[in-house]
Amino acid sequence: MSAMPIIEARSLRKRYGATTALDGVDLTVEDGRIVGLIGPNGAGKTTALNAILGLTSCEGELKVLGRDPWRERDALMRDVCFIADVAVLPRWMKVSQALAYVAGVHPRFDRARAESFLARTSIPLGKKIGKLSKGMVAQVHLALVMSIDAKLLILDEPTLGLDILFRKQFYDSLLNDYFDGKRTIVVTTHQVEEIQHVITDLVFIRAGRIVLQSEMDAFEARYAEVMAHPETAAEARALGPLHERQVFGRSIFLFDGKDREQLEALGEVRTPSIADVFVAVMTEGNASARTAS
Amino acid sequence: MKGAFYWSVRRELWEHRAVWIAPLAVACFAFLAFMFALGLGHFAKSGNFSALPPAAQQQLMMMPLGMAASMVAITGWLVAAFYCLDALNTERRDRSILFWKSMPVSDLTTVLSKAAIPIVVIPGIAYAIAIATQAILLVIAGIGLRSGGADFATLYDRLPVVVMVVSFAYGVAVHALWYAPLFALMLLVSVLVRRPFLWIIVPAIAVQLLEKIAFGTNYSGALIKYRLVGGMTEAFAPGAMQHPITQFSQLDPVRFVTSPGLWLGLLAAALFLYAAARVRRSKEPLS
Repeated sequence: MSAMPIIEARSLRKRYGATTALDGVDLTVEDGRIVGLIGPNGAGKTTALNAILGLTSCEGELKVLGRDPWRERDALMRDVCFIADVAVLPRWMKVSQALAYVAGVHPRFDRARAESFLARTSIPLGKKIGKLSKGMVAQVHLALVMSIDAKLLILDEPTLGLDILFRKQFYDSLLNDYFDGKRTIVVTTHQVEEIQHVITDLVFIRAGRIVLQSEMDAFEARYAEVMAHPETAAEARALGPLHERQVFGRSIFLFDGKDREQLEALGEVRTPSIADVFVAVMTEGNASARTAS
Repeated sequence: MKGAFYWSVRRELWEHRAVWIAPLAVACFAFLAFMFALGLGHFAKSGNFSALPPAAQQQLMMMPLGMAASMVAITGWLVAAFYCLDALNTERRDRSILFWKSMPVSDLTTVLSKAAIPIVVIPGIAYAIAIATQAILLVIAGIGLRSGGADFATLYDRLPVVVMVVSFAYGVAVHALWYAPLFALMLLVSVLVRRPFLWIIVPAIAVQLLEKIAFGTNYSGALIKYRLVGGMTEAFAPGAMQHPITQFSQLDPVRFVTSPGLWLGLLAAALFLYAAARVRRSKEPLS
């Protein structure tokens, strides 16, 4: 629809001394997408997000909503929100002060909306953030962010350290109360299974490079997992699976772009989880890792 | 609508309540000490108050008032120094810098709002508290000295009230401007390093030691001393500070605004603050 992508990155590079955090990242995110950015620790996820948010400089071309984030962070933040892990709200601040402050500095913040979100919780507005539980702090932050009429929301491990009930609730609120199909969300998490049915696009990052970028529909059409019968295992292996693992003595093969009918002859076929494909892609070309797994 | 700067200053006051609590506590202490002195008969010892010559009456009254005001002001400057060494460091230590940076507030606005605390807000608060304290002490003295034959009107008459109020405002403003480069430097250090206290004190001592060893001189020490107490000598008539300020002629604003020390200091302050904003842009949480 809109001509300009929300995020447009061309050969982003970032080095910290001897380590390369970003090694030529190309990424385009169109509006209305929910992008999951998945990668192992140290793959460059946070560096990539920090570059998008203008928190770190980097080489290459980067435009977010048409702006250079490093030079125009403050202007960009009118249209971009982010939650960079859970515990960044100042502990000395009262919840009511946080509301007043954001209402004061942010032109797109709807204080009444934030208050109504908080009214659904048991969080007292007069309490200091440092006195709230971790889950409550995350709720406060989410209430603040969901009340800002932003075009792009960046979430870096937003549910880290929260219990499972709250994690579920977090994504439910995000989808039901916030996402309207026009906003764009980029999320990183280690809890890949939580976002499988939330995201519309998937990006794998490894060692500072993007190794896979796919829409979820295409992802589901492309990858197939076959639980092979014992007698068809060798045949399956001959087809060149991406990955093989053993579960209860049966071989499970992951195939990339193979014909469904052909695979169905080998055993039960199903859509793999992101986590399974992630493991396969991350260990690709790494022979020792493949035999070990 | 009030802007980002206003709310940034407000949030500093929410976080750093010592900014007004410490001068207020010292004012309460001065008040108690004064009551104590009154109870011990400090004034009674001087015999019959009304029998004293006017100059002695004036001195007897001005001494405690001046002391109370100076204590409040000095506390204010100390709080300001501690504030500056902490201001851009805590937000990195507690990771809240990521929250502040998620708001549409520029690094320069943030740094300027933090600089406004020691240069504008604390002097203003200290001044208001000091003047209020003096007024209260004066009223109490008036009541206390009635037994010595003094009435409030005489007491008030003996004191150069207008000169006191104006010259104290002048002194506070002079020091706010004079110390601005020190506060700006502390803010810069607080964003640059993990341990700002160490990095402001150790170099100040090390430079003097090295100079002493290498050249046998102490120009750096003189420079530091000039920045710490030079505001007094530049802003007041020579020798004026040896006596309580009772006349406007003891003030020398012309010399102060024409002193290179003031303008070089303000230029340095501007550079330090600009540098602090630039450095903050690339700073991440300490963890």
